[in-house]
Amino acid sequence: MSSSSTSIMDNLFQRSLEDLIKGFRLQLLGESNFISRALEEIRREIKVTDLSTKSTALHKLSYLAALHGVDMSWAAFHAVEVVSSPRFQHKRIGYQAITQSFHEQTSVLLLITNQVRKDLNSANEYEVSLALECLSRIGTHDLARDLTPEVFTLLGSSKAFVKKKAIGVVLRVFEKYPDAVKVCFKRLVENLESSDPQILSAVVGVFCELATRDPGSCLPLAPELYKVLVDSRNNWVLIKVLKIFAKLASVEPRLGKKVAEPICEHMRRTVAKSLVFECIRTVVSSLSDHEAAVKLAVAKIREFLVEDDPNLKYLGLNALSIVAPKHLWAVLENKEAVVKALSDEDPNVKLEALHLLMAMVNEDNVLDISRILMNYALKSDPLFCNEIIFSVLSACSRNAYEIIVDFDWYVSLLGEMARIPHCQRGEEIEHQLIDIGMRVRDARPQLVRVSWALLIDPALLGNLFLHPILSAAAWVSGEYVEFCKNPYETVEALLQPRTGLLPPSIRAVYIHSAFKVLVFCLRSYFSAEESTLSFSAQEFSSASSSMNAFTYESILNLVNVIELGLVPLSGTHDVEVQERTKNVLGFIVMIKQDLSEKLNLQDSETEVFRVTAFMEDVFSEELGPVSATAQEKVCVPGGLELKENLGDLEEICGEFLKPVESDSVSYTDKISFSVSKLRIRGQQEASSSTSPPHEASSLLAEHRKRHGMYYLPSQKDDPESNGNDYPLANELANEISPDPFNPKKNPNKSKQRPVVVKLEEGDESRNPPQAKSNIETVNDDESLSRAIQSALLVKNKGKEKDTNPNSEQQKQEESSRIEDHQNSEKKKKKKKKKKNGESSSKHKSRGRNEVASASEQVIIPDYLL
Amino acid sequence: MTCLIMLASGIHFVLLVSRQGKVRLTKWYSPYAQKERSKVIRELSGVILNRGPKLCNFVEWRGYKVVYKRYASLYFCMCIDQEDNELEVLEIIHHYVEILDRYFGSVCELDLIFNFHKAYYILDELLIAGELQESSKKTVARIISAQDQLVEVAKEEASSISNIIAQATK
Repeated sequence: MSSSSTSIMDNLFQRSLEDLIKGFRLQLLGESNFISRALEEIRREIKVTDLSTKSTALHKLSYLAALHGVDMSWAAFHAVEVVSSPRFQHKRIGYQAITQSFHEQTSVLLLITNQVRKDLNSANEYEVSLALECLSRIGTHDLARDLTPEVFTLLGSSKAFVKKKAIGVVLRVFEKYPDAVKVCFKRLVENLESSDPQILSAVVGVFCELATRDPGSCLPLAPELYKVLVDSRNNWVLIKVLKIFAKLASVEPRLGKKVAEPICEHMRRTVAKSLVFECIRTVVSSLSDHEAAVKLAVAKIREFLVEDDPNLKYLGLNALSIVAPKHLWAVLENKEAVVKALSDEDPNVKLEALHLLMAMVNEDNVLDISRILMNYALKSDPLFCNEIIFSVLSACSRNAYEIIVDFDWYVSLLGEMARIPHCQRGEEIEHQLIDIGMRVRDARPQLVRVSWALLIDPALLGNLFLHPILSAAAWVSGEYVEFCKNPYETVEALLQPRTGLLPPSIRAVYIHSAFKVLVFCLRSYFSAEESTLSFSAQEFSSASSSMNAFTYESILNLVNVIELGLVPLSGTHDVEVQERTKNVLGFIVMIKQDLSEKLNLQDSETEVFRVTAFMEDVFSEELGPVSATAQEKVCVPGGLELKENLGDLEEICGEFLKPVESDSVSYTDKISFSVSKLRIRGQQEASSSTSPPHEASSLLAEHRKRHGMYYLPSQKDDPESNGNDYPLANELANEISPDPFNPKKNPNKSKQRPVVVKLEEGDESRNPPQAKSNIETVNDDESLSRAIQSALLVKNKGKEKDTNPNSEQQKQEESSRIEDHQNSEKKKKKKKKKKNGESSSKHKSRGRNEVASASEQVIIPDYLL
Repeated sequence: MTCLIMLASGIHFVLLVSRQGKVRLTKWYSPYAQKERSKVIRELSGVILNRGPKLCNFVEWRGYKVVYKRYASLYFCMCIDQEDNELEVLEIIHHYVEILDRYFGSVCELDLIFNFHKAYYILDELLIAGELQESSKKTVARIISAQDQLVEVAKEEASSISNIIAQATK
């Protein structure tokens, strides 16, 4: 009695959801305080036995969970209790709470099976609808399995309201419990001929989803779907059917020919933009071989592009980018609209336009497009500016700079990019500057010029995002110092006091580059000396050609400048900087004495001469590009277990170190050595036998001989010749005949494209990781598609049995089924008969076929095409 | 966050957010944990509320597309897959708004605040498992009013004095 009286009190004085909402708007406590009070109240009320109090509490809780992110998983059991109420309004609240909060792991899920079954069988169609909705959202394997019979019954319901919801649920049931396909599939297919647009829409929606998962399994339904495509005037249905055909056509190209015409028909006829767009998308993505259809689609795209509606503009650009890879003309035709869209106020439209513009880029127009884009980048907001820079960088570097002919121009462009105020793509530019240096020998002089300009630009040092570019510029000036006009100035730039703004790692690159410049200067000074002694003055002048001759004073001056710049750095905290500094200073100490003592350094026995020669050898190795897959090409030596759990090894190793193991350890040492070599110095591969063996390079050659397997195979193929030997540019010129049909518009074109070193394979493109995940999802859906296939196979078997006696005639009729479906009254009757025969034969054949057919591929009958 | 599995087809979720960033309705057709839900709402309302008025109604977001449309002070957002039809979803949103309008009689934000559950029930008649199930406004209105009536009758019964007495003396 007492408990029931408190329940009455609760019931009478309980705050309803409306009270709660009102309270929320008037509350002065602060939101979180108010929520925790309300929760307290709900926790108390929800425990009461009275179902209306309980359901109101649950209702309030769902509200808080939906809009304020309150956890409601603790009330799962109460939701089950409320659902079991006989009253509709309680049930509704209960089901809503369940759909909102239950997931696969909810433990009380097991308790609702019977309740859901009861409601699915209810005479009240609204209760059935609640249960169906719930199932569509939270259905698990068990629920789907247990309730398949009920869903099957409802699929045949006479009430359209229930039937369409049952169809909506089927997808979830199939997904969770593929065996349900055997039971329900036939009823589902029958509904494709329904005259009720809602039912048709629902069933087409299901097939659309099934086709997305596994197009092959829906292929046999092509005739039925084709009929819908031609007959239906309901845009919702048509959009879905188009989606299905887009999927089907991708696995069965012959289908494209059949559907292209009706799709064009819809495109011409309809005024609904959503349908037009779906037609366009279907054509450009799946029917891109059907010229007439593509032409019409592109015409429609153009209509979209000139509209004021930003949605249509965006979608038009979007469709263009789908069509671009196969039909570039479509983009070129709309070039003006695309360029105009670049200055659109909507960032989405701008981005889409940018992607399109990049799709258009080729050898001939890369200069123009890049110029346009750089201008846009200068005046865009930072985000879009960097998007532009990134697009240009990735388009130009695609496939080892495929579209770049004039590398001098491109290198200058990279330099320009660094000067765009918003530029944040430093790392990408850094990578390309170095990459071009390594790959394109002919671009090096310009590269050095650009780097020099970057190094002396005072504005760049202060910008954090541009530091990587400076690092590349410093490296280039050191590595390719032979193209440098004035090494002295380079050294000054590298050691300028403002380099203190750089992070230590980049500073180290600066110092090391200065070292390279110094060695180069010394070396050229000595060789000049040598030649003056051994040759006549005339020959000397030609030998030193473009190089400024170094005088004794200038060398001494250079050494002093470097020493002066570096001495303060020898006490830096950063080890990398300190070490580099010490290296250079140590070298200077070694040479300085000789240098200051002897004016005449022609004696090759002097310390300074030997040291310089040695250092030059060290730096003379040319770096080449490293394949992205280089690491993978290092095969694991036998006896090296990488996947084994090393924890077990401890037991054995703990006692004594076996000789075998020590062997393998040294093996790994060697690997890491050679790999790090590969990484740091690029391939210092094989100075090879053709060049005179220097000290350092002969060591390398030795190393290569011993560990050839760890070097890139591109050199392995041909160990005799030097791996880094560039074919001369004019050698290649003989192979490429100039295109007589292409009038040379710009002067740059007359320039021969320099040789770009390209590794055999796996250089740029690596297999995208999606491929793998795709396979996995296929596996996930495999059981479902197998079930559908077997269901369809059974269906076709039935047909065949029926058609067997007069198969020839039947076949013809079938083929005309698509052609003239309008006057097919007679055939419809025949088909009905067929269906009957089918269902009887189905029962006979199912048991037999189930297993065998599972693996069989469904073959689309030829007559459909 | 990329580990989200989108089980549902069609629409993954529906959000109603006010111009001030208050959430007015959420409906999830794909499984999201409660924490993820709050994060998604925060992220998306940040993106969408900051977009200017004359821009297109689509936003790319985590590899999906969010189609949104503003009606008065409310933003209606629906999340779909890349290959879904944006214009169709815009039509669904408009459809929903029209039904709400018909049901409440020129709907305003306050109607949805106080009848938040009704907005849910209407959405449930419109979409099932993220797919459009009813394209006739009249039918939805009829179904909803029939269910309302069912509830009204039951409510009257329940709140009658005799019923309360019967309960108390149970």
